[in-house]
Amino acid sequence: MSGQSFRLDKGGAIDRSVTLDFTFDGQIFQGHPGDTLASALVANGQRLLGRSFKYHRPRGLYSVGPEEPNAMVELRQGDRREPNTRATQVELYHGLVAQSQNRWPSLKYDIGSVNQIASKFIPAGFYYKTFMWPATWWEKYEFFICRAAGLGTASGQPDPDEYQKMHAHCDILIVGAGPAGLSAARVAGSSGARVILVDEREAPGGWLRFDRSFIEGDPGRDWVRRVMLELSGMDNVRILNRTTAFGYYDHNMVAAVERVQDHVAVPADYVPRQRLWAIRAKRAILATGAIEQPMAFGDNDRPGVMLAGAARAYVNGYGALPGRKAAIFTSNDSGYRTALDLLDVDAGVVTLVDTRPEGAAGPWAQAVKDRGVSVRSGSAVVRAKGAHEVTAVDVMPFAGGRLETIACDMVAVSGGWAPAVHLHSQSGGKLDWDQDAGCFVPGASPQACTSVGACAGRFGLQDCLNQGAEEAARLAQDIMGNPVAYGVPAVQGPDDTARQMIWEIPLGPDKGGKRFVDIQDDVTVEDIQLAHREGYVSVEHLKRYTTLGMGTDQGKTSNMAGLAIMAGLRNLSIPEVGTTKFRPPYTPVAIGALAGQEVGQHYRPLRRTPMDEWHVAQGAKWQDAGLWRRAQYYPQGNETIDDASHREVTATRSGVGLCDVTTLGKIDVQGPDAGEFLNRLYTNGFAKLPVGKARYGLILREDGLAWDDGTTSRLGENHYLMTTTTAHAGPVMTKMEFYLQTVWPDLRVHITSVTEQWAGFSIAGPKARHVLEKLIDIDLGNESFPFMAAADCRFDGCPARLFRISFSGELAYEVNVSADFGLEAWGKTMAAGAEFGIVPYGVESLGTMRIEKGHVAGSEINGQTTADDLGLGKMLSSKKAFIGKAMVNKPGFTDEDRQKLVGLVPVDGKTWIKAGAQLVDDASAPPPMPMLGHVTAIAFSPEMDMPIALALMSGGLKHEGRELDAAFPLKDSSVRVRIVSPHFIDPEGKRMHV
Amino acid sequence: MFVIRCPYCGDRDMVEFTYGGDASKKHPDNIEEPDQAVWQAHVYERDNPRGWHLEWWQHTSGCRSWVKVARNTLTHEIAGTAAADEPLALPVSEDAS
Repeated sequence: MSGQSFRLDKGGAIDRSVTLDFTFDGQIFQGHPGDTLASALVANGQRLLGRSFKYHRPRGLYSVGPEEPNAMVELRQGDRREPNTRATQVELYHGLVAQSQNRWPSLKYDIGSVNQIASKFIPAGFYYKTFMWPATWWEKYEFFICRAAGLGTASGQPDPDEYQKMHAHCDILIVGAGPAGLSAARVAGSSGARVILVDEREAPGGWLRFDRSFIEGDPGRDWVRRVMLELSGMDNVRILNRTTAFGYYDHNMVAAVERVQDHVAVPADYVPRQRLWAIRAKRAILATGAIEQPMAFGDNDRPGVMLAGAARAYVNGYGALPGRKAAIFTSNDSGYRTALDLLDVDAGVVTLVDTRPEGAAGPWAQAVKDRGVSVRSGSAVVRAKGAHEVTAVDVMPFAGGRLETIACDMVAVSGGWAPAVHLHSQSGGKLDWDQDAGCFVPGASPQACTSVGACAGRFGLQDCLNQGAEEAARLAQDIMGNPVAYGVPAVQGPDDTARQMIWEIPLGPDKGGKRFVDIQDDVTVEDIQLAHREGYVSVEHLKRYTTLGMGTDQGKTSNMAGLAIMAGLRNLSIPEVGTTKFRPPYTPVAIGALAGQEVGQHYRPLRRTPMDEWHVAQGAKWQDAGLWRRAQYYPQGNETIDDASHREVTATRSGVGLCDVTTLGKIDVQGPDAGEFLNRLYTNGFAKLPVGKARYGLILREDGLAWDDGTTSRLGENHYLMTTTTAHAGPVMTKMEFYLQTVWPDLRVHITSVTEQWAGFSIAGPKARHVLEKLIDIDLGNESFPFMAAADCRFDGCPARLFRISFSGELAYEVNVSADFGLEAWGKTMAAGAEFGIVPYGVESLGTMRIEKGHVAGSEINGQTTADDLGLGKMLSSKKAFIGKAMVNKPGFTDEDRQKLVGLVPVDGKTWIKAGAQLVDDASAPPPMPMLGHVTAIAFSPEMDMPIALALMSGGLKHEGRELDAAFPLKDSSVRVRIVSPHFIDPEGKRMHV
Repeated sequence: MFVIRCPYCGDRDMVEFTYGGDASKKHPDNIEEPDQAVWQAHVYERDNPRGWHLEWWQHTSGCRSWVKVARNTLTHEIAGTAAADEPLALPVSEDAS
């Protein structure tokens, strides 16, 4: 097929003076600005657009909007490839590239289509029933099922485009710029209220773009143009085109996605592809229209069968002709409108089949008959014929009689319209059944939203205009306080006559053909009958068992028919069967839009210490600690992490080392009751801590388990500086605020996080004092500044704080200086230490040294250990109350076989123990066996010249000297270990006190 | 996505707040309270109501105040908010089912 052979010479809102080239499945086609990909394919006579999900049946275009179940394509190429894009919502641009989906090797010759022949053996629930056994085969099944199922494939590459998020507030949000929405927007805008109008299509007007209606004597499209001009002149009205309101959330928040640059190949510089809107509206007017519903007849999925409204939309809106010999099959007046519009462009209408026994009585029907079309009342299309596309229909009266086969090249089908109540339902709104209209309409909503026009079941154009204006005037008066004067234009044209409610058509005498209810998920009338026979009768079960309505279209053209058929089978009314709940999103939303700019480091910002650039310059390797990055080790030459750590630890323990500890949480605690507050917080006492002293403290949770530890110093009578672990800096602060604000508001205490205001570094090793003496202005002698002293001082003339505290077990100091001075102070310390062989050490060495000392950290304070488990039982004060105190002696916490802190060494003195290994008596014994504990931390101790570990072991040091296996089944390894004291080095702590 | 009125800052989006648990359970006033049963109840016993619930929310990305919020767990309606030291009564749940 070449050339736009189905393009009309005139009509439609397209610009024929410009030709756009595009590619579908490698073939080049032409279209015009104003086209969608769907309308351009129609104009080019391309019928076959995809293969179906389960049976791989040939499929063509079915609709003209977001409800499209079939025409889904992979759009664009490379890193911009986007699967499952509805061709009906893709605006054509020059160079557009699209691929059909779910076919191999090609669309026309698809191997998976053998599933059609086998379809009798693939009923509803087939996968559930068949692939259950034998269970060990599941992995084999999974491979083939995953390959056979699914639609398009994602690019698998990072998205090169930008996405934005916007928050907006308004008085009145109007969703939908069809007749009801525009009528509402005019009135709301004129009241002065702040209005946002969103519309999902490429141009406003709703069905006024597609139907040939007349308002105030002019074509509806002219009225749309006038209203849009009016609205664009109002400063209080914001218009968002190409914007789908996809979710209605709490407190009247509507989420919408604006496709800013989806209609071009590559977004312009500095312009996002899409923009996500969070719109908080005082009131919302939903004018989302209605979705035409099909009827299920034999092989109703053949390319060439489409919704009647869509057929006239392609003619009227895009000047594209979906067929030249149309059969029309309808239960309402929509079929007649389509017939007239087709006749007006000289397309042939071979027959109009009306399910209603009397046919249509109104003026629509008369006009069709006057044009010489044969109208078959009380009849049905029982089957569409043709292999890759429809070539004829079988027609039969319901009362029985002769089957006629009528040649045609398209079938326009209409089973009536279903209001798009999705947003109303998402708002928490109830749905009422309107028996006359044969559809669910919005009932009461707990939120401030109201539905108008077709989505409220008011299908007549005059009705839409009236109701939109009335509701807008009412809401605007509520908000603005003044009555709003308005007029509503008059509509010319006849009203519709009543539809017949009919969803499934009996099969013809040959019982041939599949009657699809859900075309996207390949769910047939027979599948619903089977579900009913097998007891899956609630709509929720029906949905999950058959997959009805579970496709990307979320059953926009199938849910109604499915539940109506189930209602028939159960002999219940439709409202008695009920609907499944509508959930966001209304149409699929790209993850990129939801992420917005919160990707990469904007999602997870990097916290860097003031000394970060020094670490970078030294080639430090990093370790993440929450959002912080900390230097893990500083390799020299080809050193491995173990080599580097060995060198850093040895140099520190024999000389002096410097470590960046800025990331520790620092909380400034001030006030007359600061000591009392800390006394309640910590298990040990702080109220009597002398000024100028630091103390190690332990905090429990309220349930009595250990939570956090750190040193806290008293800087003044009413002034403490508290430190927390890096990980708990935020949570400890939050908990302290909770106590001060809600539990003990009488305590006169103020707390402030100062973590980022102070740079911190630890200088450790026997030569630490020599280095600092060159920089600090106070006497560092062991008597004047002993272990656990704290003081304000000057570091190279700048204000600083000095603490004589040690995590490494060596003579050590921690220096705090203003964050701005951190980098310089660090550099000066390295320079001053050069003559003593100072080395920087990272958190790997920090960890090694704390393991050598048996100090606990996060892997031991793990939310399951008590103070006693950690060997810190002596820190629980008996003289005062503290958080968690009443709980520490619960029976489960005092069991002496609880897992407690121990040290481990390999029996052979050389094999590394694996972190996370399980402690068992004999790993070679057949399982199950008692799990006695696990390894929490491992290191190689240079000083002991062997690997060591910390572990939590049932009964703890009661078992000192016992030999066990540290088993690591994941790697099928096991090491014989001996339980020792966790204080491997300098157990008396002499080095810290020199 | 609801809106919470901070008594100090005004209406703010919920993303600025962090949920902090049941505010109807009073923390024992006395840190010296010796009865383990009192602490046991405070630490572990929580209702899971369908309907109105008194909650703590902290305005973490704002003034860092702890705020009392009367929220309906079924509808996400918020009947009112109050500062930590102010009383806040819950509406009576209509639906007791």
